[in-house]
Amino acid sequence: MAAAPKRPFRWHIVVFLAPAVLVYTAIMILPLAGTLQLSLFRNIDQAQVFVGFENFRRLFGDPNWSVNFWNALRNNVWFFIIHMIVQNPIGVLLAALLSSPRLRFSAFYRTAIFVPTILSFVIVGFAWKLILSPLWGVAPNLMDLVGLKSLFTPWLGKEEYALTTLSLISVWQFVGIPMMLIYAALLSIPEEVIEAAECDGITGMSQFWKIKLPLILPSIGIISILTFVGNFNAFDLIYTAQGALAGPNYSTDILGTFLYRAFFGFQLQVGDPNMGAAIATMMFLIILGGVCVYLFLVQTRLRRYQF
Amino acid sequence: MTNRLLTALLLGTSILGSAGMAYGQDVTLNIESWRGDDLAIWKDKLIPAFEAKNPGIKVVFAPSAPTEYDAALGAKLAAGSAGDLITCRPFDKSLELFKKGNLADISMLPGMENFSDVAKAAWQTDDGKASFCVPMASVIHGFIYNKDAFDQLGIKVPTTNEEFYAALDKIKADGTYIPMAMGTKDLWEAATMGYQNIGPNYWKGEEGRLALIKGEQKLTDPQWVEPFAELAKWKPYLGDGFEAQTYPDSQNLFTLGRAAIYPAGSWEIGLFNTQAQFKMGAFPPPVPKAGDTCYISDHTDIGMGLNAASKNADAAKTFLTWVASPDFATIYANALPGFFSLNNTPVKMEDPLAQEFVAWRDKCKSTIRSTYQILSRGTPNLENETWVESANVINGTVTPEAAAKKLQDGLDSWYKPAK
Repeated sequence: MAAAPKRPFRWHIVVFLAPAVLVYTAIMILPLAGTLQLSLFRNIDQAQVFVGFENFRRLFGDPNWSVNFWNALRNNVWFFIIHMIVQNPIGVLLAALLSSPRLRFSAFYRTAIFVPTILSFVIVGFAWKLILSPLWGVAPNLMDLVGLKSLFTPWLGKEEYALTTLSLISVWQFVGIPMMLIYAALLSIPEEVIEAAECDGITGMSQFWKIKLPLILPSIGIISILTFVGNFNAFDLIYTAQGALAGPNYSTDILGTFLYRAFFGFQLQVGDPNMGAAIATMMFLIILGGVCVYLFLVQTRLRRYQF
Repeated sequence: MTNRLLTALLLGTSILGSAGMAYGQDVTLNIESWRGDDLAIWKDKLIPAFEAKNPGIKVVFAPSAPTEYDAALGAKLAAGSAGDLITCRPFDKSLELFKKGNLADISMLPGMENFSDVAKAAWQTDDGKASFCVPMASVIHGFIYNKDAFDQLGIKVPTTNEEFYAALDKIKADGTYIPMAMGTKDLWEAATMGYQNIGPNYWKGEEGRLALIKGEQKLTDPQWVEPFAELAKWKPYLGDGFEAQTYPDSQNLFTLGRAAIYPAGSWEIGLFNTQAQFKMGAFPPPVPKAGDTCYISDHTDIGMGLNAASKNADAAKTFLTWVASPDFATIYANALPGFFSLNNTPVKMEDPLAQEFVAWRDKCKSTIRSTYQILSRGTPNLENETWVESANVINGTVTPEAAAKKLQDGLDSWYKPAK
């Protein structure tokens, strides 16, 4: 039996992949590799010297670094938790309301809720700083109107409230994204499924919980992972609202601001790119770990429905 | 045809070019700076004054943005395209340039004798043997007050702590004005306008600052904790919600006439003069007891050095000598009220508020901010930690003793003073 004729090498695959691979390598993989490499070196007498894991030993062993690192990580986790328990449920709720056929002006609400997402962080940070300002802000006056003035405190200046306040500002800004994704998922549920449910007598709230929610679970999974990646890479809002020192008393310091101070320095603090790279590497590993947990443990168990 | 035309053109330009060279025997000096705000002052006042006296030397002031200055300057120095004259940031940033050989040693420059040791300290090696920048200006800390408010309430300008708090109590009791305009949101207000403002009276200015560097005193010693204890007492006199009050908020509160006293740096004078609709006065940080020597923070902020690779070093030195002269000081200090000349020769200034500030130099002893020289080189950074802890002390979340201990522990972890 003659061997099957050898198939010619399929060049077109390489050619079609090349642009994406080249661009991705140049602007993502190389800088990432550069960061990992930088974290293994130290600047000694104006020269970069390979020191193995010395930077990481300092980051975790030297209390001057480790206390700040764990504080930033803890704050970051809290930042993420607030997003998960506030932003995403509200996003799902808004999407469910928007997809209700009886709602009027739904296009207007959809746009209005989505608009903050496209605003710059600088504008959002500045606007909320003004709104919450105890001196000129509208928040104290508005609360006075409804008789809640006594509940007002300078939230952004108090250690115990500042981080939660900032998380909620971020939720306000980004709630449009889960809303849009879930909205799209809800719209893609076929009419037959809904009709079948109605025939079986499942309507209203129980229809949402028993039929729609299971069908949009994969989208909720995607949103969770997007929130996770976004939150652990966050920096801008804290920086514009609280400054690089993430006050008061580092209570709003997250990994992004901690990295910024280490890498670029601040005021009299001279930047240390090697320690900065070590922190960036830790951020990368944390995000990578989180994404892997999701991909291998959660996503594989989500059931997919094919229509 | 086209070739010939091109040749003719090239020849023409080369002749014109060399004609330009022959005509322009002038040396052109370029100044690197981050003070874009001062462009008009340099162009209209300082440079014409210099060029009139030194024909043959042209000067170009070429500033870049403050946030980009250090990086841009570093790149230009490395590429050999930096200007002849370099505006110097105080302390470590310039010292680093000197150590890399980018700034020339100008200890012997004529005119350097016009400056005191404190003035020169910001641009010297740690042992004080080599100087590399001519000190240009300093900023002085103190308190600016609303004169109309003081007159209205019948308060006289406080000189001691007791009078200071009595005045604050009186303003608070009256209720028309917020006693003191300061917030802790931006952190540095608490440290720079608070701790570094009143501190020198307790640690006795240079004496304490140098002892700290030598390791003879510690931040946990009483003279370093007391300023924190005073700051803790300020809390009731600050406006509602001061924890979220930013630096521009404080400035506005004062210039709108809603607050009576503003813990200040003299750089505010220019802005306040244009914004405030009431009469202003200034007083130095009150002393603990009547009769105590007063100390003020007269912080060196800006200087000018010579690019070691400059091709016009002689002309540049002529310029620096002029920068060190009283002529320059007079023009500069008057154009920028609040940025005071460090020259030993007193400078006559027109601005009354600036005059008040600078008059303190005669009766009080000058020092610079305690955290700037040497002590902020390591991790944790003493200056940044001082911001955070000063704000904590005023917020009342940390006791003065605990704040001081935290700072000293941080310092101990990397700073080993030469014994």
